[in-house]
Amino acid sequence: MMAKEENLIGLKFMRLGMLALAVGMFFGVIGGFQFLFPEFLQELLFTKTRPLHVSLVVSWIFLIAIGGIYFYLPRQQNLKLWSLKAANIHFWVFVATGLAILLSYLTGKFGGREYFEFPAALSIPIFITWLIFGVNYFRTVTKSKGSWPVYYWMWATGIIFFFITFCEAYLWMIPYFRESMIREIIVQWKSYGALTGSWNMLVYGTAIYVASRIAGTEETAKSKLAYSLYFLGLFNLMFGWAHHTYLVPSQTWIRTFAYIVSMTELLILGKILWDWRGSLQTFQKHKYCNAYRFMFAADIWVFVNLILALIISVPALNLITHGTHITVAHAMGSTIGINTMILLSSVFYVIREELPQHVHAGCTKQVQLGYWTANISLAVFFGALVLAGLGKGLYTGGSFQDMMLQIRPFLVVFAVSGITLMLGIWIVLWHAYRLTGEILSPSATEPLPEAA
Amino acid sequence: MGTEAPHLDPISDEARHGQELFQTHNCIACHQFYGLGGYMGPDLTNVTSKYSPVYARTFIMNGTPRMPKFDLAPEEVDALVAYLEFVDTTGTYPPENYEVTWYGTVKQEDDPQ
Repeated sequence: MMAKEENLIGLKFMRLGMLALAVGMFFGVIGGFQFLFPEFLQELLFTKTRPLHVSLVVSWIFLIAIGGIYFYLPRQQNLKLWSLKAANIHFWVFVATGLAILLSYLTGKFGGREYFEFPAALSIPIFITWLIFGVNYFRTVTKSKGSWPVYYWMWATGIIFFFITFCEAYLWMIPYFRESMIREIIVQWKSYGALTGSWNMLVYGTAIYVASRIAGTEETAKSKLAYSLYFLGLFNLMFGWAHHTYLVPSQTWIRTFAYIVSMTELLILGKILWDWRGSLQTFQKHKYCNAYRFMFAADIWVFVNLILALIISVPALNLITHGTHITVAHAMGSTIGINTMILLSSVFYVIREELPQHVHAGCTKQVQLGYWTANISLAVFFGALVLAGLGKGLYTGGSFQDMMLQIRPFLVVFAVSGITLMLGIWIVLWHAYRLTGEILSPSATEPLPEAA
Repeated sequence: MGTEAPHLDPISDEARHGQELFQTHNCIACHQFYGLGGYMGPDLTNVTSKYSPVYARTFIMNGTPRMPKFDLAPEEVDALVAYLEFVDTTGTYPPENYEVTWYGTVKQEDDPQ
């Protein structure tokens, strides 16, 4: 038997992440309409709604991934956290820093760097929380006996590379990097590309963990294929960032090298396609209806996004797609279609394990409605962004306003589908939030069995 | 290591101040340099040579239906224009003179040799 308190901290992170996603999508919808009607809601300029949206949805990704790690290690891997107190400090510093960042945006106090638009001083507590998390993680998993499954390596890599890339993102404060704008911009976007790779490590580790738990075997997480995919992902994380900066003046070898690295993802795509049908047949026999459903959706979005990612990784095609809404489609497809679907799968897996008596309630028609609404909306949203991006990329006139008028029909579809996407996700989140609340309710505080 | 700009002119103090203003007003949420940034407004990499510094100054001072008027002091407007002029010297976006190789990579005129 294990004390229930040990499990609570992971769920707290997850529930905070759900709130962050719900609010973040709301700001995203407002921002989408500001594209169409720039004078809409002048009190809350786009310079505020965009960072509010981005910071909150990125927080969702980190909070669910971190929450899963804090939950799975003590609850299912029999690895007592090195320090529960440190995890609690992590949580409350995260909350305080998050509120300070939101306040800075609302009051117009910006640091003004893409994606890190909060004042630079607020990066210090973020760094400290990751230090706490990193120490807690490594001190906990090093108690594990035997070889590590691949998801331990992925989580470890995600944590370490977050530190590296987060520090890189602030190199612009050192005069050497600031004195050349080209150097500054390339280092900045190199760090963002690798930062995305670091959170992907956390998310994909979660995906393999949940998939192997549902299948009831560690084979997936300890196979040669899993480790080869891990190393390929690591290689891409370190060297595959340059498609962000193809059009910034730089040595041709940087582009060519990144291009070759990006193409290696074809190997992953080929293998996933090969195994896909087989994995479907075994998956469907299992009881984790919602966890399976969202993982299935992530699978589909992996295919769609890989095709787009490969296209924009070809420098000659990147000439057309760079700086257009196709880049946004790639970002939305990856963060919503892949990351969010995997993380929702993780949340519903936890719910199914902790509330087995709610198995039927967890698979209600409302969750299905939210699932289908979200995925169909995302497909329309994604398509509209690709078409808007093509419209912008192929536009040959000289007027920005004229170009925006030409792609306006696609932006209307994008904004409207953004609303239905948000509503679909909200339905799913409402159920997940309510059910995770039941796990935390006082009536459920008695000790639970150690393993599911 | 391949990231050196083709010009070596250091950024002036006025342009540096303009960069700080660009950041404190979060201009990158709507605009881009080298296609990197937000898409509410146009890319500003070569705005001062493509149009003119006066053109940029007019937009900064008066705003547009898509861009609010930020009520900046005259010296702040000067600094922002100086920053945009500095950025303009670092390269051309979108690239005008480039070569696509048979295997799909691109060599640009502005690339360091």
